[in-house]
Amino acid sequence: MSIAEPIPPAELKAKPPASPAKRNRRWAGYTHLLMARMKELKREPEVIFWVFVFPLLLAFGLGIAFRNKPADAPPVVIVAGPRAQDAVALLEHSPQPGAFKIQVQDADTALRGFRLGKYDLVIEPDAQGGFQYRYDPARPESTLARAQVDDALQTASGRHDVLETKAVTSSDPGSRYIDFLIPGLLGMNLMNSGMWGIGFALVDMRQRKLLKRFVGTPMRRGDFLLALLSSRLVLMLIEIGLLLTLGVVVFHMKVMGSLFSIVLLGSAGAVAFGGIGLLTASRAQKIESVSGLMNLVMMPMWIFSGVFFSYERFPAMIQPLIKALPLTALNDALRASILEGRPLSHQWPRLLVLILWGGISFVLAVRWFRWT
Amino acid sequence: MSSMAAAIQCRDLRKTYDGKVEAVRGLNLEIQAGECFGLLGPNGAGKTTTIEILEGLLEPTSGEVFILGHTWRENEREMREWLGISLQETRLSEKLTVRETVELFASFYREPRSSDEVLHELQLTEKADSWVGKLSGGQKQRLAVATALVCNPKILFLDEPTTGLDPQSRRQLWDIIRAFQRKGGTVLLTTHYMDEAERLCDRLAIVDHGQIIAEGSPSDLIERLGGHHVVEFSVTGNSDGAALEAWRKLPSVESAREDDGLVALNVQELHLAIPALLDEVKRQESELLSLTTRQASLEDVFVRLTGRHLREQ
Repeated sequence: MSIAEPIPPAELKAKPPASPAKRNRRWAGYTHLLMARMKELKREPEVIFWVFVFPLLLAFGLGIAFRNKPADAPPVVIVAGPRAQDAVALLEHSPQPGAFKIQVQDADTALRGFRLGKYDLVIEPDAQGGFQYRYDPARPESTLARAQVDDALQTASGRHDVLETKAVTSSDPGSRYIDFLIPGLLGMNLMNSGMWGIGFALVDMRQRKLLKRFVGTPMRRGDFLLALLSSRLVLMLIEIGLLLTLGVVVFHMKVMGSLFSIVLLGSAGAVAFGGIGLLTASRAQKIESVSGLMNLVMMPMWIFSGVFFSYERFPAMIQPLIKALPLTALNDALRASILEGRPLSHQWPRLLVLILWGGISFVLAVRWFRWT
Repeated sequence: MSSMAAAIQCRDLRKTYDGKVEAVRGLNLEIQAGECFGLLGPNGAGKTTTIEILEGLLEPTSGEVFILGHTWRENEREMREWLGISLQETRLSEKLTVRETVELFASFYREPRSSDEVLHELQLTEKADSWVGKLSGGQKQRLAVATALVCNPKILFLDEPTTGLDPQSRRQLWDIIRAFQRKGGTVLLTTHYMDEAERLCDRLAIVDHGQIIAEGSPSDLIERLGGHHVVEFSVTGNSDGAALEAWRKLPSVESAREDDGLVALNVQELHLAIPALLDEVKRQESELLSLTTRQASLEDVFVRLTGRHLREQ
């Protein structure tokens, strides 16, 4: 232990020139609270990661995993025999050469490979000059391979189609999985960071008795809550900017709606989840209890609100309930705006859902709020 | 507001938690402007509940509180401008700097003092740009007091300001509190350190089980209740109640008690009591094993009043 040097009483030291008494304006408290909150967030590496980096990583990973790629050529096997080469020749002269991965194997190897899923289809030349297909109707790719191989063999053998058909391929930006995913991730991120950013921060401050200390000053309580909400809105802007930039730059996503309407929807979402976060945290004294509560509130929305896949797959009976969830409203609104450019005037039911959730939660939260 | 109003006044203050735990049981206080007043008592005596009711942070179950003649119900926002508060354990945000923290608190008041001046006064200038999380215990405690002083308060409330601090940090805080008082400020502090109460407070109230059991200036209390001197000794042979009675009858002895294997006497005049004590030892044909004398302290007052030591429980 080092010996601390004695410190003379403060009065004996030279004082800095006394600055004139400062008068604080009406919004000084709010401004300082907001600045303090932003500085704290900036200095907290975990916050930067979970709020900004994690959603980007998630979007990037899922975007890569579910990227649109040309369908794989189905692997098919031809049982070795005198007419095996005929089959190979026919398939190679079909209108789409290279549409199949063809191997020739003896019967045992071919069947074992088929059982193991190595081949989608086994082609056996039969004694009558035809072919026999062995396929598994329970495997979609096997069924598909049978249809394609049959088509190719028939055409190569001289079949004429009676009906003229045309096919147009479609994998435009806007209809791909990544286009569906990015607005959903944006919505989920606004929920997560809104709930944690407000709920967790409040209970943490309550547990540290900082709320009680603040209440012991003339601080306006409304200003305090407003500053917390404002910090969410600032983060929301950055979150939207980052995710949309990733979508546009990396995945060539097309943003159809105006930036203004997207930001407005984002704000409605941030306010709604801010209100719900405030309500969830209005009485909890311990971080542990609010964490459980928060997960309980968010869980249904992770599952039902169509973040990763469309909620249309759930039974029709519960669709109205799903649509009443704030995250569903936010995701639908963001998708309609970003992907289809639907104007805000067509989105009012979703906006109403968000505003009601935010407003009612806020009023209840302020009534029940425990400052000490 | 009348100019004669006491800085802090409360009448028949009571606080019952959940309808059963009686934390404060009929407490009366009157603290004048410019005084440094201490609430001294063991942990759980109701000191924190009392001070938080006076600070307007807790609603009393019954009773009245006046701060400079005003009540919390009528005038809370205005009253908040006058009070500097340091709670028992507030953990300020670790990732803000010392200056940012003080300026944040300053921003809540209409006419705060300059943050630099307060930091200088509390010897935190060198740490002004450090994160709060990096401060030592003593520095954190001084910062807590800085957030209270930056509003230029009329009254300073300090709940256990030096608990857990090293002796040097405690002395530093005492200097700060005295300096505030010298400029005309009123201080109410709670503590369970008798030396702190004895050195710092003009007057104090000893609180036990939610009630005031003695009130006065430290020297007055010691004189009234502690005796001027304490003689502690041990002898061979039995030390039962009858033996204690024999010691109490000695000249100039006010009271006698058994304490940790020692006999402790509260004595007015040492030169009368000690020779008589030695005579009595000889008469009992026992042997004196140890004998010390010292000035009586608030601890003796407390033990005399409650039969317990302050730090027990």
